[in-house]
Parts: sequence; structure tokens; C-alpha cells
Amino acid sequence: MHELSIANAILDSVRAEGARRPGARFLKVGVRVGELSGVAPDALSFCFEALVTGSDLAPLALDIETRPRRQRCPECDRSFRVVDFDVTCPDCGAAETRCVGGDELEMVYLEMEDHEQAAVGKESSE
Amino acid sequence: MSRLPLEKKVLSENDRIAAELRSRFAEHGILCLNLVSSPGAGKTTLLERTLEGFSRGERVALLTGDIQTDNDARRLARSGFPVKQITTGGACHLDARMVERALTDWRLEDFDLLLVENVGNLVCPASYDLGEAAKVVILSVAEGEDKPLKYPAMFFRAELLILSKIDLLPYVPFNMASARENARRVHPGIEMMEVSCTTGTGLEKWREWLEARRRALRREHASQVR
Repeated sequence: MHELSIANAILDSVRAEGARRPGARFLKVGVRVGELSGVAPDALSFCFEALVTGSDLAPLALDIETRPRRQRCPECDRSFRVVDFDVTCPDCGAAETRCVGGDELEMVYLEMEDHEQAAVGKESSE
Repeated sequence: MSRLPLEKKVLSENDRIAAELRSRFAEHGILCLNLVSSPGAGKTTLLERTLEGFSRGERVALLTGDIQTDNDARRLARSGFPVKQITTGGACHLDARMVERALTDWRLEDFDLLLVENVGNLVCPASYDLGEAAKVVILSVAEGEDKPLKYPAMFFRAELLILSKIDLLPYVPFNMASARENARRVHPGIEMMEVSCTTGTGLEKWREWLEARRRALRREHASQVR
């Protein structure tokens, strides 16, 4: 269950971005998780929520984009999505293809409230 | 609402430390291997047998990771080679910082082989680069032959698969051909060998693999120093 450490690493990065942008309020963080990354998206969401709730970053949301494994064929240069571990090139039948995607574990974006919006939100709550 | 593009690895901090370790290992000509498996597949026993094959003067060191206890370090210390236990205190994997910390009071120039025994777990250690030259995954025949399909991330990242405890083959319903086929489906280029630490079968082949890697690194290191 290393998803807790992974979720923590994501929050550390968000906090580091926050330190560079005083006053910024983050709403959502986008993360890309490949099927070969060894990270279970459901477990990651669960841990992320548990860490964010009641923290300084609440109510930060997590948006997970899952990525399938992709291979490229060196013979015909076709890249294809792997289904059921079959890495044979669907075009030319070459058995030796190269993995070109699916092991991603990356932060993609941070969504934040615009300053004007944040100011308006503050006024209306007062 | 605005979007700030990030495009950075989630584990970039771990990867940064791992890259530092890797360059320190390269600088000192150290071959670092990260041994991974589920609990009980025989990592410690394989290491014990490996160390038995080394003469006293070999420049070998070991790190062994466990959630609790220093049992493995005590077992491996009998070999006389420097061993350090990393007790993760709950974490299910080693990360690069733990390795970095464990190495602080060792002189890297004293070693040319560092064997790291990860926490027994086929999932989590796959995500953490420790600066190793290669991951070696061990799968015992007492487990299922579908393990590579169930835990593809690990088998995808390992360079070598050691099928261990093959002396048990007569007593367990393990299909070796299908285990090999499953590993190849997940990782077509993976090297494989069969070993029994009890009978010694296959150990010679493992030692040859290890020595070939050490020789290759020595050559590379010598040409860089020159």
C-alpha cells in the first residue's frame, strides 16, 4: 500500500507550488497513472482524500488520468495499445516491440482559483 | 479558474536522490542490484548462498530492508561482509533516501558490489528507483505461475527473473513453462534462470550472471577513469 506515500508526494509538490504563489488557492491536481506504474488509482484516490480532508489543502480534488501500455514496432514504426499483454505488432506481426508508454506516474496540472474570483468569494462570505 | 501545467514526475524527489546515488555508484565503479520479491520467496537465502561463494577479500556490501526486526541483517552478517539493516518502520518499500542514509557512514571506495534486499512486496518497490543498475526479481515455485501477470509493474522493470526453490517442483502444482511465458508476455526481454538454494542447482549460473555484470562494469569504469 504505497499509495499513501505517493499521495503524500503529490501533496508535497502542491505545497511547493503554493509556496511559490502566495495566496493561491488550489482546487484540483491532475495526475497521470500508467497501468505499469504499480499504482492502483482507486487506492491512490482513497489515500489522497484521507490526507486532504481537514488539511491546509482541503478541499483539493484529485483528477486521475489512467494510461494503457503502448508499444512501438521497430519494423513498421506503428505504435499500438497493448491488450491482454499481447505485445506483438498488430500490423506486421513482429514479436519484438518496444514499450513507449504505460509506466507514467506524473503530475500534469494544477487548477487554481483566479485571484479576482478568490477576492469575490471572500467578500460574499463576509 | 486557471490551469497551471506541471509535467513532472510524482516521485521526482525520490528520482533526484536515486540519480545522485547512481552517479556516486558509477564514480566508484559499484554495481548496485535491487533484489525484489514477495515475502518468503528466498531473497535472504539467495544472498547467503551468494556470499558463501565469495572469498574474504571481495569488496561486497549489503543493505537489507524490512518493516520490522534485524533478523535478516543478523543472518547475512555471519558471512563477514558489511551488512546494514534498513528498518522501514511500516513502509512497504525502500526508497532512495533510506539507501542514501544507510550509506552515510560507509566508504563507497571500499566496495564494488552493493546488494540491496528490498522489503518483501511485489507491488510497491516497483515504483521506487534506488539508483540500482538493475532490479532482480525472485519468484519461488511455491507461488503461482501467474504472478508476472498479477504484478506486471515489477516484472516489467526487472532485468532478471530468478525462479527459486525449484527443488520443490515435485511437490507443488507450478507450471514452469507457463511461468516463463507469463514473464515474457509482460517483459519480452527479461532474462530468466532457475535456482535452488537447497540443492545448489542453478547457483553457478546466477554467480556467472553476477560476475559478467561486475566485469562489464569494471571495464566501463576503467575506460572512464583513463
